[in-house]
Amino acid sequence: MNVRMREITLTTPVSDEAIAGLELGDVVYLNGFLYTAREGVYRKVVDEGRGVPDSVRALTNVNFHCSPAASVRPDGSYAVEAVTATASFRFGKSMTRWFERSGARVIVGKAGLTELAYREWFVPHGAIYLTTVGYGMGAAYGQAIKGVREVHWLAELGIAQAMWVLEVERLGPFLVEGDREGHSLFALANAEINRRVADVYAGLPHFALGRFGETTARTDEVV
Amino acid sequence: MAKAIPAKLVEDVARELTARAAIDIPGDYRDGVIRARDREDNRIARFVLDEMLRNWEIATAERRPMCADTGLPRYYLRMGNEAVVEGGCVAVERALRRATAEATASVPLRPNRVHPLTRVDHNNNVGVHAPEVTWAFEPDADWLDVTTVHKGGLFGSDYRMLFPADGIGGIKRFFIDTLIEHGKRGLACQPAIVGVGIGGSKDTCVRLGKEAACLRVVGSRNPDPEVARLEDELTALGNYIGIGAMGFAGTSMVVSTHIEIAFSHTGGMPVGIHQFCLSSRRATARLHPDGRVEFRADPRWFTDYYRREGVE
Repeated sequence: MNVRMREITLTTPVSDEAIAGLELGDVVYLNGFLYTAREGVYRKVVDEGRGVPDSVRALTNVNFHCSPAASVRPDGSYAVEAVTATASFRFGKSMTRWFERSGARVIVGKAGLTELAYREWFVPHGAIYLTTVGYGMGAAYGQAIKGVREVHWLAELGIAQAMWVLEVERLGPFLVEGDREGHSLFALANAEINRRVADVYAGLPHFALGRFGETTARTDEVV
Repeated sequence: MAKAIPAKLVEDVARELTARAAIDIPGDYRDGVIRARDREDNRIARFVLDEMLRNWEIATAERRPMCADTGLPRYYLRMGNEAVVEGGCVAVERALRRATAEATASVPLRPNRVHPLTRVDHNNNVGVHAPEVTWAFEPDADWLDVTTVHKGGLFGSDYRMLFPADGIGGIKRFFIDTLIEHGKRGLACQPAIVGVGIGGSKDTCVRLGKEAACLRVVGSRNPDPEVARLEDELTALGNYIGIGAMGFAGTSMVVSTHIEIAFSHTGGMPVGIHQFCLSSRRATARLHPDGRVEFRADPRWFTDYYRREGVE
């Protein structure tokens, strides 16, 4: 896989020009603000039609699919020590309405989406996808959090699902996984991996009993 | 009768173990990842592993959780046959629930535990059957071993009923299926310690696979030579697939494979597979009746007594 892995620093809100300049595999760091939003927030905004708070829309266009290891201190302040992404594939069908209502242009998460998903849901909104590295860079990413600007829906959704608006300095590294044309870095990796799959299974017997879903038709028997 | 271990000591130690597990990567696993990094030729996979090593250094230096998904905190207890805890075993279980709630706020852990249908979150990682507490026993001992494990819960595991006719080849096929299915895009957060439970009832093989992944240190081998040989073969096979860290092409999929077996139904060979991820979090302490506490890296969960085969 031939990617340059250039180091790029983005400042939020991320401009269309900056987005257009990104290549698959670029190593990205973020300065500015971003907010967490996962199942709970998506349910409110996409399913229940609630708006993303104006203050958040005005501040940033970066949505981190994650929730922090955080607590509310007795004095009401917040301790946010670590952030780690959650897998993004499950938000796929919500993305069109999400982009329309949030104004987000950059999604940060775990493991990306398929090229089909990017073409259908990201490209029409000029949005790109950055994947976190590793996954589980909680402490390194946590170190880049300079403060909590706002928290929304904390009482209703709980700490793990609330919208946390975070001020960050050199938060990263992330990798450009989905570019503005809808190409995917993981799709390139999968093509490379798939070349050996037949060889890996060579000589191994088929299972005595199949599993529902392994057959080509739902009406087939598994034996 | 032995002097009782104070229930308050169990609570204090469990709270400390919870913090250590969340923050400090076990040395045996870290060393395994360093070896995986050193032999990894793929540039991006190697970059990923370098960043993970840096993350663990920051976690330990700054006392931050290594991963913000602090998993599902749970406990494994091994109680000496002569051990007595003040207030009995119920007091131990209550102490562990208090320690979990307190550590969730103080570390902090992410309050991951919610009602599965209403999604109600008590913000403390305590609820129905949470945290799980697993008990085991040891003859001729007066101590209590407490191990906590924080394992993520979404990707990397599978169960399948195989049959004697499937043989070792069938186990290998299922092993590869599971690693590829969850390895692409790095869903399993590999490189992993892969635990494989073979035999027993369905739930037994799933439990043993999880315990093999989470409670044996990298470098340990099953004492049965035939099982140990299969451990080596599966590790080599897993790294031959061509998937590296985070789902990029590479050789860094498996840090080690641990297999545990149980006697199964004569017609079946059930297999459970678990992958303990880049945040392979565990911590152990032994509590003595005189109040001494010894922290250690190796849970030493699979004792000869635990793997016993005969009638006595």
